[in-house]
Amino acid sequence: MTGTSQEPIIDLTDLSVRYHSGNQIVDAVKQVSLTIAPGEVVAIVGESGSGKSTLANALIGLLSDNAEVRTGTIQVGGEDMTHASEGQWRTLRGRVVGLVPQDPMVSLNPTMRVGRQIGEAVERARGPRGRSLDADVLELLEQVGIDQPVLRARQYPHELSGGMRQRVLIAIAIAGQPELIVADEPTSALDATVQRRILDHLDVLVKGRGISMLIITHDLGVAADRADRVLVMQAGRIVEQGPPASILRAPAEPYTRALIAAAPAFRAPLSQIGAKPVTATLEILRFEAVSKVFALPGEASWFGRGPKPLFQALDQVSFSVHTGQTLAIVGESGSGKTTSLRIALGLDKPTSGRIIFEGRDITGLGWNEFRPLRRRIQLIQQNPFASLDPRYTVFESIVEPLQSFGKYTAAELQARARQLVDQVRLPRLALNRLPRELSGGQRQRVAIARALALGPELLFLDEPVSALDVSIQAQILDLLGDLQRDLGMSYVLVSHDLAVVSAIAHQIVVLRGGRVVEHGAAGQVFGNPQAAYTRELLEAIPGRVA
Amino acid sequence: MTTPDFTHFSPLAPAYDDRTDSDDVPIRSARLRRWSETLSLLRGHPGFLLALAFILFVLLAAAMPTLLTRFDPYATVPLEKLRAPSLLHWFGTDELGRDLYTRVVYGAGLSVQAALLAVSIAFIGGSTLGLFSGFFGGRIDAVIMRLIDVMLALPSLLLALVIVTAIGFGTLPVAIAVGFGLLPGFARTMRAEVMRVKTLAYVEAARLGGAGWGRILVNHILPNASGAVVVLATLDFGVAILVASGLSFLGFGAAPPAAEWGTLIANGRKFLITAPWLPLLPGMFVALAVFALNHISRTLEEVSK
Amino acid sequence: MKTYIISRITQALLVLLGAYTITYVILYLLPSDALSLMLTASGVDADTLSAAQLAEARHHYGLDRGVVDQYLHLLGNLLRGDFGTSLSTGSSVTTLLADRLPQTLMLAGCAITLSVTAGVGFAYTATWLRWRPLRLALRRLPALGLSVPVFWTGLLLIQIFSFTLGWFPSMGNKGFASLVLPAVTLSIPSAAIYAQVLMRSFDDVWGESYIATARAKGLSRAQIQWRHVLRNAALPILTLIGLQIGNTVSGAVLVETVFTRVGVGRLAQESVLRQDIPVVLAVVTISAAAFVTINLIVDLLYPLLDPRIARAAKVT
Repeated sequence: MTGTSQEPIIDLTDLSVRYHSGNQIVDAVKQVSLTIAPGEVVAIVGESGSGKSTLANALIGLLSDNAEVRTGTIQVGGEDMTHASEGQWRTLRGRVVGLVPQDPMVSLNPTMRVGRQIGEAVERARGPRGRSLDADVLELLEQVGIDQPVLRARQYPHELSGGMRQRVLIAIAIAGQPELIVADEPTSALDATVQRRILDHLDVLVKGRGISMLIITHDLGVAADRADRVLVMQAGRIVEQGPPASILRAPAEPYTRALIAAAPAFRAPLSQIGAKPVTATLEILRFEAVSKVFALPGEASWFGRGPKPLFQALDQVSFSVHTGQTLAIVGESGSGKTTSLRIALGLDKPTSGRIIFEGRDITGLGWNEFRPLRRRIQLIQQNPFASLDPRYTVFESIVEPLQSFGKYTAAELQARARQLVDQVRLPRLALNRLPRELSGGQRQRVAIARALALGPELLFLDEPVSALDVSIQAQILDLLGDLQRDLGMSYVLVSHDLAVVSAIAHQIVVLRGGRVVEHGAAGQVFGNPQAAYTRELLEAIPGRVA
Repeated sequence: MTTPDFTHFSPLAPAYDDRTDSDDVPIRSARLRRWSETLSLLRGHPGFLLALAFILFVLLAAAMPTLLTRFDPYATVPLEKLRAPSLLHWFGTDELGRDLYTRVVYGAGLSVQAALLAVSIAFIGGSTLGLFSGFFGGRIDAVIMRLIDVMLALPSLLLALVIVTAIGFGTLPVAIAVGFGLLPGFARTMRAEVMRVKTLAYVEAARLGGAGWGRILVNHILPNASGAVVVLATLDFGVAILVASGLSFLGFGAAPPAAEWGTLIANGRKFLITAPWLPLLPGMFVALAVFALNHISRTLEEVSK
Repeated sequence: MKTYIISRITQALLVLLGAYTITYVILYLLPSDALSLMLTASGVDADTLSAAQLAEARHHYGLDRGVVDQYLHLLGNLLRGDFGTSLSTGSSVTTLLADRLPQTLMLAGCAITLSVTAGVGFAYTATWLRWRPLRLALRRLPALGLSVPVFWTGLLLIQIFSFTLGWFPSMGNKGFASLVLPAVTLSIPSAAIYAQVLMRSFDDVWGESYIATARAKGLSRAQIQWRHVLRNAALPILTLIGLQIGNTVSGAVLVETVFTRVGVGRLAQESVLRQDIPVVLAVVTISAAAFVTINLIVDLLYPLLDPRIARAAKVT
């Protein structure tokens, strides 16, 4: 415990930050006041454009060159840093404020050994350490929970898993024994179970050393779980703040209420899931003991011909999808859910097993044989920012499947396009827009409209909302639910996010390491999970416990 | 159509029941929009316009030199020999009294011809090879890349020298030689772009929408992959001019009294001490032309992002 | 790993063979009358010879052999180190090359070292400076270096440093002083390319997330540029050096001509002028061999410098 006075580590008063980009001005932070006391854990929750990242950058002096602090003061560790120079900030970085960056996969220098990167932080903060530097680095690696620290320290980042890289970044952040750690979006890049373990560990480290932590997140659940105090930001301002319990139970502001309502984790209590009736309807798609084995790429050589290592992506996976209902395939990375998707779409052939669509065996069909089925089976892809050709207007993107399958007159295409944009609740004006003029949610609607163009009966959804803000996620999920009801389509939803799944799934299949671990009606799986892994996944959903 | 009910489930969604925009929103083509946007972006770059103006001047000099000068590039005027640049003779005169500016203007013809031809050969040949390589992959890719490796081992100037040794100078053979020297760059660029676009999500989406590979190639891959190749073409136009002038400097260009740029510089070399404008001004002209092309190329690249 | 090395070497040899073959085809098969071309190169007027003498000449030059036979014959000689006989001088081509190659290698070696140093140094400085006007000016400069014909730069440098200032000789091979201007001239286009590519690479790396991590540690800009940015940004330069060999060879021909130096480049120019086919074939073969060798070294060196390629990812 830092025995100093009760002076706050961070004291922001009336801070406003403005960005100058070309001729445009963006006020990212507007009159924000914030204090963080020693040993306190504070979370800032906001969607994209809320200004939370700008705020975090301001605390460590990493605002970009075109940012201007217009009003207010920034006090860090008791010192006024509002207009501090780079040199002044450098004395604080690492020693008073440490940063755990957002994406562990790109936040480490790929050509420098991990131990050396940690050692750099140690030396920077504590001065040249001479021979004891190695010992310092190893001690830090142990503290953040990395096994075999001597081996790991000599490895390069690409040789470590995502979770281990995140731990290394934490080691770098605490190397200088700072008084405050800023954790930027700690739940974005990794699997939920891994994240949970790492966040738990971080909690222990922070509480053990008596230092403060500031968590920047878009996930209200994470904020509620981990913080002593939660601040909600919208469009640059702090809309509401308070202890998580009172924020969640009795939100004062409409925006906060909207966020809570939209967050899948808080939306429906467990008991209410499964209110979707699982009526016995016809089976539209069935996987029968499907297995898929990949040969891993060997070394690029002209003469090497040894046996290649094999990877079992799917192992005897079976499930079925019923007409008008949604089956969710849930799993973390490496579970085989993407492979299942690709096999079902005919993009890959299974090593064994069968796929039955509407009673017909479609296993291993050639591309041309599969093609007629494309009118009936479609896909919504994960990344709305890459799934539309940037040179095509919305109209051209939507009608492309129609043009692939038949000759229609311009009038017919236009009429159908208008009908489709109405269905996905986009304004007709959008038809002439290019993708770069649309938001992520709007682009995803265009992708849905395109998928509906041919009138399919079965729609595959690959993480359809993971790249979107929470409030937009809710809108898209609603749209999908309504479309299912109105058009009688069946869905296969692939997702790692159980909270999203709870919103629209009738049946759930849980995959792990290519095997089906659990399988049943949504209400059953959520209310009474049979497998330990399913329970682990459920517990990893942030905010569920509240 | 049922009215969507948002109130209890997603309070952040806007209401969509009332259609304020009319049903008849005219649907416009994307192509016109893209062109007009690109043009307006380019207009905002003064450097680009300047460079473009210079290149147009050079092209005009190649096509219709008489429009730009009234002197005769071949007539010798011994009384006027070795005069420094003045208002009458902008670039001065050479050892036979010929106006240097006129000689430079007339010299544009052959250099530009050879360069245009070379870039066309490289562009068409290289893009095709790169397209096949990137699109089909596998064995075809391996074979084409080996071919490209062989071509890389024979740079433009050396290849041109080899051809000149065998069959003497000619605009066509030299252009072919230079073209083959530039071809690998186009092949590699096109290949990289095709491979990049081919794996993008919207190509997969089009495939799943039933589009055949032919349709995808023409409508998605080529339009999105060709930007980089066009940028390279403007850049290599300059490179081709440099190689062509290098060739004529070494004495392997068109026979005298032809006024190719390289030949002018080579002839002026003897007078470097006494009349430095003779070799230096034509060289500066070449440098400016290539620099202008370089700038155009870079601006196009920035705009296409 | 051993299979990788063997396959790369085999590939390199095949490329060299391909380049040799193409050159052979152009030189021996393209001319409409190879015999009269060769006779003219030797200084003999074909019209003055009788039919018998022509037949004898044809046999002497090996032109009465079949195409493939001739090719294999020449290739066999080449592998034994025999490049044939120069048509115009009558001396052994191997001797001609041996006399001149060291000079050109020295010139090229100096030029390459200079260009890498200058290019990297220029880019480093241009990125490190904070004053905007100077930064912008420096960024434009490499484009200028790429636009000027290398022979023109040579003349310009001679005019300034040789004739006006008298610091360096304008021609010949005597001593180190005569090497300075040619090496500088030859290095400029390559230096410009390295500078341009590296500046872009620096910009890209500075925008990477791991640089933000480094800044958050409290490192200064200079420390970050030296320890983190340079290593990651400079990797592409290695491949570029290999590819620039072609430009260096072409440049050597022009530079040796401008500075009237003894070397393989000027030998090439003279041989083309005299249509001395064996010499031209030999020069191009040497050039291709240099290209292929350097690129092979680069390919083998790359895994040593980029840890991502050498070690397969071990994920627990």
